[in-house]
Amino acid sequence: MTTAMRRQAAANPAPGRRARVLMKGNEAIAEAAIQAGCDAYFGYPITPQAELLEWMARRMPELGRAFIQAESELGAINMGLGAAATGARVLVSTSSPGMSLMAEAMSYMAGSETPLVLVNVMRGGPGLGSIGPSQSDYFQAVKGHGHGDYRVPVLAPASIGEAVELVATSFELAERYRTPVILLADGIMGQAMEPIAPRFRHPSRPKLDWALTGADGRPPRVVRSLFLQPERLEEHNDALQAKYRRIAEREVRWAGEQLDDAELVVVAYGTAARVAHSAVAMARREGMRVGLFRPISLWPFPEPQLRELAARARGILVVELSAGQMVEDVRLAVEGRCPVAFHGRTGGMVPSPDDVLTQLHLLGARVRERGAA
Amino acid sequence: MTVATPTPRVIFSRPELLIDVSTHYCPGCGHGIIARLLAEVLGELGVGPRTIAVAPVGCAVFEYDYLAVDWVEAPHGRAPAVATGIRRVRPDNFVLAYQGDGDLAAIGTAEIVHAAGRGELITDIFVNNGIYGMTGGQMAPTTLLGQRTTSTPTGRAAGLAGYPIPMTEMLAILPGVAYAARGSVIDPAHIGKTKAMIRRACQAQLKGEGFAIVEILSNCPVGWGMTPHESMEHLADVEKVYPLGVLVDRAAGKPTQTDGEGS
Repeated sequence: MTTAMRRQAAANPAPGRRARVLMKGNEAIAEAAIQAGCDAYFGYPITPQAELLEWMARRMPELGRAFIQAESELGAINMGLGAAATGARVLVSTSSPGMSLMAEAMSYMAGSETPLVLVNVMRGGPGLGSIGPSQSDYFQAVKGHGHGDYRVPVLAPASIGEAVELVATSFELAERYRTPVILLADGIMGQAMEPIAPRFRHPSRPKLDWALTGADGRPPRVVRSLFLQPERLEEHNDALQAKYRRIAEREVRWAGEQLDDAELVVVAYGTAARVAHSAVAMARREGMRVGLFRPISLWPFPEPQLRELAARARGILVVELSAGQMVEDVRLAVEGRCPVAFHGRTGGMVPSPDDVLTQLHLLGARVRERGAA
Repeated sequence: MTVATPTPRVIFSRPELLIDVSTHYCPGCGHGIIARLLAEVLGELGVGPRTIAVAPVGCAVFEYDYLAVDWVEAPHGRAPAVATGIRRVRPDNFVLAYQGDGDLAAIGTAEIVHAAGRGELITDIFVNNGIYGMTGGQMAPTTLLGQRTTSTPTGRAAGLAGYPIPMTEMLAILPGVAYAARGSVIDPAHIGKTKAMIRRACQAQLKGEGFAIVEILSNCPVGWGMTPHESMEHLADVEKVYPLGVLVDRAAGKPTQTDGEGS
């Protein structure tokens, strides 16, 4: 099936039933944004997200919406900032090295409370790294990017169908909380093709009483993050932090499999969770009581849920396509209630279900020894 | 004896778009003059209520305290990209970018070149005072050779710090640039000419001609270590490196030198 055919199928689903179409992750994310009412897309070519830009290059102009291939990721994200400051629904996409360049504007948008959805289809790093799938930007997405005290919601799909759903959710979160939102996918989520019956959603638009539209019949508005008076900036920061606490209370998302009787729990997100899903099934066939805990919101991290689980489980295995990043948040959540083991591959390598099963055997032996001691 | 009393009439007043506050700019700074020119031009063209302006990083970030239109702050140098984003989703608005020389000619060279290259319908006001004022007077790309700054303490030497960059001449050769000009705030006559340039640059956007930029040679008495009067006189020397005038006005049939080549 060619890209053009997939575009045709996605844009014109068969009437009367939800058509199943074969879609590439990058293309499905792009079409989901279009169906969610995305007004403007800005991007710069980088593997493994280039198909997203290419999809938008054709679809956005034919719908009369804004599309620009920018001069750099700096250009792209700042075009996004400008469009978003007017209240437009904006999507920007990139991959890891480009995300580093976008970090600056992320800080400005967090500070000036400008809503925008940013897709990072992660590749191997550091530096130019590789174009293979990776989850090496967890720290960057969850803890980092730009300067200053701020956080942004980070959502991580584990299937192309879920990516479609999370695009609409990302726009909702961005507008509800006036914040940038990161949709964090890895190279496999971007490049793989899956047959999906896409549940495209078009979230309703909230009233935007801050957006720049021209001071016509109302006082001028300023979208800003500069507050030179320390008292005023602290007040602004306190308001941001209060917003982050509201997000942390209300917007935790996660999924679980076979957790009710699980003695060992695999914690993984994105593609790593797909691998873990297979490993858990293999372990179950061997009679092991193993479950899967899959964070969908990486921030807010499902910390209370994981802590509760750790009180019942005997051991946790974290699997990532990284040298170990999310595992730090898992350990913070678990607070020593049970052993936390880690298995990761980097550079574009992906662990196999057999690898994960082996790690589960090792963890099982470790917790049995611990129990016997 | 009866003395004829002429009916009083207002010949000078605060433009409606200029907010009635005291200035944060240093005594003698040219930014205040430029803010007034913008308020006058936008008011005369009647575009104030539909203007969305982009503030830079630097002294002029506070331009939103003076000009009563909608504003967004851009990261340092990114104003042309931010303005591009606004323009593409708000075709009926008037989009203004305000930048300093550090912003436009150093950290933001890629953004300005590509916004101009795309011929974005935005009007860019480029204030060139040859120095980083807000951070304490360091060398800018536009600093004159020999000029002392806090980061060229013995004067700018080409071998060490390169040459002044004539950004507006560089931009004027791009086909997407409808209008490019350089004015000055050295005296009332030049301020009047600069106002006419700003007006033309705004009209270029309103008529859909393309990207428009007005570079304005301005002063920085504190950064230059001069009195306001000395700094104004010094603008005559600055003009020798950055000649005043209209560099390109394509709709008016004034092409750049390179346009003529091969035709």
